[in-house]
Parts: sequence; structure tokens; C-alpha cells
Amino acid sequence: MKKKRIIPVLLLRNGQLVQSKLFKEFKNLGNPFKAVERFSQWDADELIYLDISDGGGDSFSRSDLKVGSNFSITELLIEVAKSATMPVTFGGGIKTLADAEIRLRLGADKIAINRILIESPNVSTEIASKFGSQAVVGSVDCSKIDGEYYVYHHGQIDLNLKLIDFVRNLPTRGVGEILLNVVDRDGMKSGFEIPLYKRVTDEVGIPVIAMGGAGTWRDFASALAETDLDAVAAANIFQHFDQSVYLARKAAYELGIPVRKPTLM
Amino acid sequence: MSNVRICVLDYGSGNVASVRNAFDSLGFEVLISNQTHDIKASTHIALPGVGAFGPAMENIIQEIPLDILELEIAKGKPFLGICVGMQVLANVGLEDGRFDGLSYIPGKVERLPEDGGPIPHIGWNNMNLKFDHPLSKGLDEDSDFYFVHSYAFVAEDPRNVVGTTHYGVDFPAMISKNNVMGVQFHPEKSQKNGLQLLRNFAELS
Repeated sequence: MKKKRIIPVLLLRNGQLVQSKLFKEFKNLGNPFKAVERFSQWDADELIYLDISDGGGDSFSRSDLKVGSNFSITELLIEVAKSATMPVTFGGGIKTLADAEIRLRLGADKIAINRILIESPNVSTEIASKFGSQAVVGSVDCSKIDGEYYVYHHGQIDLNLKLIDFVRNLPTRGVGEILLNVVDRDGMKSGFEIPLYKRVTDEVGIPVIAMGGAGTWRDFASALAETDLDAVAAANIFQHFDQSVYLARKAAYELGIPVRKPTLM
Repeated sequence: MSNVRICVLDYGSGNVASVRNAFDSLGFEVLISNQTHDIKASTHIALPGVGAFGPAMENIIQEIPLDILELEIAKGKPFLGICVGMQVLANVGLEDGRFDGLSYIPGKVERLPEDGGPIPHIGWNNMNLKFDHPLSKGLDEDSDFYFVHSYAFVAEDPRNVVGTTHYGVDFPAMISKNNVMGVQFHPEKSQKNGLQLLRNFAELS
């Protein structure tokens, strides 16, 4: 039986690992290389690495302080590939097929694209034709107003872009998986937006990964139990506990959710 | 293991570095090369792969000296195909047309059934071992591995199927014929279980 996935997300911002709240506040967490090693050793199902830096950052639109980084994305990817014995998705700064290609060649298993899904609708199809749709994760941010979900980009809600209409078309544009992040829940520890994920998984025939709101290990289990989600993801919570990956999976496993057997490393 | 020397064949398929890194992290000597002398000097040969069957075969024919490779395989050198590198071991692939494979293990490669779940089949799934095999040494009967594929092998001879995985249908996850082996999943991305399998491969003689 195929297993449900629980995925730690690393947010990279101007060369630092950060945690975030509502896409607005950031706290530095330090070394971006060590965390990959740790999640690999902790037997994570997968890892999503998102560069949310200004300018370079593709997923998430945020703006404030700039801190210079002293390594390139290339160097980071090479290091990540060395220590990751799990699948790695890399997002951020991907605007063209060539950008995607560099990341996939250097060791990313999948790339996550965000803004270009809206701004250059053909790029996802181009990437999928060359590397297959399994390598293309559509990273979509959304926010709710008056009971309706809209796509969130460039730091604001786009009232012309209803989320459900937007995601419905993604599979025909080469997207093989959707990472759906609810901005309103980012860093709020309020649990996943379950009704939204029920609706989206009903609508699209491709795997959906939920992100935004994980506050307890139980939140992952509930989202997986109550929806047809393929995976649940989170950033902050995995940084705060030793053996966090094990604890998250154990909570789901004990509730009978089909996840990989939890093993303490 | 001191004289193990693994040659990872590269035909532009993308994930060669991960396979190299995995063998390297296990302490085996490994290099990425399609050169005749490297293939001959190696003790083990791995053929990774991602992407579609047709383009993969086209690149394999262009980039890899197949006559040399087949001589080495005929000598009994362990050979492991990974993902599309396993699929091309078949006689024929039916992805986006009809393409000849390497015909090392009799079979064809067909699309997974549409009613088994979303395609591609992405994620962790367990493999049921059909019989003991040196590659599965130390693995649980029901170990999870990481899969990413839309097409799967259909073996002509069930004796070539070491393990199967269920996704709409039971498809071969591990195949073997003498010293030629293939896995549909990505051992280099399958954490502990995958590393164990790669270690088993490297320790074959």
C-alpha cells in the first residue's frame, strides 16, 4: 500500500534558514546545510527546500531585511545532494526551463514553481515535457476571504484568481503534484485547513501536499485521516524538537494512518 | 569490499549523482563513466534513469558502448538497473509509442492502470518479496521504498520477479535474471532500506 508522507520543509531566506509567520515575520534558525543532514538521519519521507529570498525567491512574496549569503544555490544543491538519502524538492528562483534544469541536474528530484505558474503559464509544460510531470511541483499559496479561497501572490490576495479554478487546470499544464500553502495559517499552529483540502483533493487527480498550520503531531494525523491528501508538510514545528520526524510519524502510525513505520534513529 | 569498483553509467538521465553519492556514503569506490576502459575495469555496473522509455533508450544507444557492456555482463559482472534503467531491460516499452528495449530480461513496459490511484505513482510503497535474493539480504519482508513512475515492467517469466508492489496492480518492483537485476524504485532515495539494497548489490561477487 502506498504510504502517506509527512514532509519537513526548510525555508531559506537570504542565506539563512528561517521560520516564518503569516509570510511576514521571520526568525533566523541558522545553518542551512546541517538541517538537511539531520532530516536525512531522522529518516524523513522527503524534504522540501524553498528559497524565499527577495528577488531569488520564487515561492512566497515577502519583503524586508536583506542579509547577504556567502554561498550560491549551486553550492547548496551539491551539498544537499550529498547528505540527502531521501527525495528532495527544491523551490525558489525558478523562472525558466533552464533554471529548473540546473536544479534537477544538481540533485533535486523535483522542482517547486510558484510565481511562474501565474506569470509564464507555459513554463510548467516545458519542464514536464523534458523531465516528466513527476518532477514538477506546483507550489500554490492561498488565502480565504468571505468563505472563498483565492490565490495569494506578490504579497497579496488576487481576487481575480479563485483558487479552485486555478488548481483545477494545473494537471493539464504539466504539474504532477500540488503543494498548497494556506497563508492565513502560516506559523499560527492552528491545524490544517481541512475543508479546503477535502475540496481540492476532490477536484484534482494528482497528489496534494498540505502546508500551513501544523501545531501538534496530532494535526498531521488528523489532516491525513480526514482528507485524501497524499502528504502533509510543515516547516517550523520540525525545527523545535529533537527527533521531530519520528514523533510526527509515530503519532500518525498509532492512529492507524498508513505511514512508514516510525524508527528512532 | 576493498576491490569493489562501481561504474555508474551516465546518459544524461539526471539522477546519476545521487546514485554515486549513495554508493560513496557506503564507502565503496564509485565513478560515473561510459568509457570502455572504466566499464571493463569495474566490478559492478549500475544504470540509473528517470524520464521516458523512448528518449532513455535513444540516449543509451548513443552514449553507452553496449557491445562492451554486454560482454562484461556475459562474464557475470553484477548489473543493476534503477527505475527507467530497470524498465529498459525489457524487450519493448509502450510509453508514447513502441520502443525496443535492451532485452536483457523478457518482458514489456506498460502504463499503470488508471483506476489504481493518481499517476504518476509517487511516494513510499512496500515491496512483497517473492523469494530470497542476495539483493534483499537484511531487508524486512515488507520494506518500504520510494517510487516515482507511471509505467511498470510486465515480466514474461514469473521466475524473474523477486518482489512486487501493489498500485492498482501488482507490478514487479525488483527483477533479476542471473547477474542482471533491476529495481523500479529509487534505492538512492529510499533511506535505510535503499542503502541496504545498494550495499547488498556492491557486495555481490
